[in-house]
Amino acid sequence: MSTSKICVVVVSGTLERLQMAAMVASVGAVSGQEVLVFLSMNALPHFIKGRNVKAPHEGEMGALMSGKKVPDFKTLMEQAVELGDAKVYPCSMAMDVLGVDQHDLENYLTEATGLTKFLDDARDGQVWTF
Amino acid sequence: MAEKKIVDGRGSFCPGPLMELIVALKASQIGDELEVLSTDKGSANDIPEWVRKVGHEYISTTEEAGVWHITVRKTK
Repeated sequence: MSTSKICVVVVSGTLERLQMAAMVASVGAVSGQEVLVFLSMNALPHFIKGRNVKAPHEGEMGALMSGKKVPDFKTLMEQAVELGDAKVYPCSMAMDVLGVDQHDLENYLTEATGLTKFLDDARDGQVWTF
Repeated sequence: MAEKKIVDGRGSFCPGPLMELIVALKASQIGDELEVLSTDKGSANDIPEWVRKVGHEYISTTEEAGVWHITVRKTK
């Protein structure tokens, strides 16, 4: 079993990118890899509890996916945590800009994390950016 | 006593059937056999790969009328 670390940085709020990020995080985590996810910029608002704004799609794939039984990216992100022990960090800067606290965010997110800590944690891993 | 279970992932796209298999494996005993049903060809390719990677036993894949049957035995 591989023990390499996967660090996923998600800044986009579009469906295709959120979906791909959640797929990498969940499949990586359930395959025994350590997975760290950092949610910032337009990605973070999707993880505010009770906020059901649909992620806009960028193109053909996003439009096609919306009408099919594709696993929801938030469900996949939660499964990454529940089934694979991934850690999903909300960016503290994005939280400040949005004016949200920890309790406003989905329960499976960890405590707010700054870039300094995330960069330090990501130093010895692969970094995937969406 | 080892059981045989069906995991119905039909209609769902990658990685939905894999996630459903993992949930079912967690609720199973060592030795149990799980048969995943999937209409997603990507999952039919990906699930055996995952099984080998994490160290469960991959038994077989068959296709019948657009449905893949991927059978796996829990080994740990």
